[in-house]
Amino acid sequence: MKKYLSFFRLSFTMGLQYRAAALAGIVTQFAWGFLEILVFQAFYKSGSEAFPMTMSATASYVWMQQAFLALFATWMMENDIFDTIANGNISYSLCRPIRIYNMWFSQSTATRVSRAALRCFPILIVAAFLPEGFRMEKPASAWHFALFVITLILGLFVTVAFSMLVYVITFFTVSPQGVRIVFTSMVEFFAGAIIPLPFFPANWQSVLELLPFASMQNVALRVYSGSMSAAEMEKAVVLQLIWLTVLAMFGSCLCRLAEKKVTIQGG
Amino acid sequence: MFLKMRDAVRLYGHYLSINVRSAMQYKTSFFLTALGQFLVSFNVFLGIYFMFQRFSAVEGFTYSEVLLCFSVVLLEFSLAEMFARGFDLFPGMVRTGSFDQVLVRPRNEILQVLGSKFELTRIGRMLQAVVMFWYGVSHCGVDWSISKMITIIFMLIGGCAVFSGLFLIYAALCFFTLDGLEFMNVFTDGAREYGRYPVSVYGKKALLVTTFLIPYALVQYYPLLYILGKDSHPFLIFVPLLAVWFLLPSYALWKFGVRHYQSSGS
Repeated sequence: MKKYLSFFRLSFTMGLQYRAAALAGIVTQFAWGFLEILVFQAFYKSGSEAFPMTMSATASYVWMQQAFLALFATWMMENDIFDTIANGNISYSLCRPIRIYNMWFSQSTATRVSRAALRCFPILIVAAFLPEGFRMEKPASAWHFALFVITLILGLFVTVAFSMLVYVITFFTVSPQGVRIVFTSMVEFFAGAIIPLPFFPANWQSVLELLPFASMQNVALRVYSGSMSAAEMEKAVVLQLIWLTVLAMFGSCLCRLAEKKVTIQGG
Repeated sequence: MFLKMRDAVRLYGHYLSINVRSAMQYKTSFFLTALGQFLVSFNVFLGIYFMFQRFSAVEGFTYSEVLLCFSVVLLEFSLAEMFARGFDLFPGMVRTGSFDQVLVRPRNEILQVLGSKFELTRIGRMLQAVVMFWYGVSHCGVDWSISKMITIIFMLIGGCAVFSGLFLIYAALCFFTLDGLEFMNVFTDGAREYGRYPVSVYGKKALLVTTFLIPYALVQYYPLLYILGKDSHPFLIFVPLLAVWFLLPSYALWKFGVRHYQSSGS
């Protein structure tokens, strides 16, 4: 365990070095957030009775999504990992007395956390002081906030466990491009990154809520704004735990299989 | 002049064939990536579809009208992307100093930058755009007269020019910053993404900015009003062509950048 914590620490401090990139990211995310809220407001004006969340909950959802983008964006993957597979440097890691799966898991978690840590605070602070309708509201209660933090962490783990599958599959395909983009676009849509899950038609929503994608950003963002009932939250947390276990077990088994047959590329 | 043009086209074709051959070395990856690109923009379409399952109209625009808007913007963007996305990799060229190679060759530098790398996998997006365009045009319930058809062709020309201009600005800024500016994505990818709704949805101020500063509204909102029969002023047919002027300042900035270029890298 200790060695994986050091991998986490290493990647985390490395991630904190890219401050200029983070600044550029913050500016971009503000623009996206604003446009997103403007779209929702236009729909709200055209038919507020058909709106599944309150407007302020939607605004909070959008800002939280932008602030914690780095935790959940599946298109932000570790290029280093793909490179080690493609150029054969993976052989060094294979010599070490460590589990590849655990090492990559802690590395990619660390990178995501460090990126989010650099970006989230400016966005959250400014969003909290915006005028009515754009503002990010306070959490529904202290209890909601605590649950938000827990589901945020669980959601992060589910996201990392899912993207681990892409890394492991790259062992077999060598070029990550194709698998990556298909996985990513699927996750984006079903996780509620394009439109939040409550905006889907009811029958779609009931199926999507059971899939692993709903256990990523969806739960935490909706818990924060208090748009879920107690029973729904309970079910969502249980689902998060189940999916995390299933994905992690499947991923690490697949990884072990891949390690046995690995071909070292390059020379 | 004519000979020079023919020569340039031949060179461009040569670049294209090199890129096709290199992409074909990784066939599975190529097809999967193209499929992925297709899915990415298909997602946006599904997003619109599901929103309109819930709402009947936004700012007075119905589903089929928004669909036409989205499909035209997507095709404008994809056309520009096919030709001008080579600028995407330009930051790398400046950083490693390989732009020096381009400068010493007796050919137009823009042509060389564009030819250096084609994103052939964008074919997926292009395909999606063409399918969407066909679907949007046939399902929007517009009675297509000659003048409306001309308007839509002008929209494609103007839109292609605006997006190419933006790609050019993105590249030109690299001369000063030595790195790609992530913020520029708001103007290119962001415009494609949020251009799915007519600009007026974003409010009066947005309309003003996109009319005079970066002329998105000229290739999207105003001509759409004409096509959808919301405004029948014939001047609106030619509005998209005004947006072509946007290429001039972009080109000037690029030229200024080239003059300012100091080699970096080793």
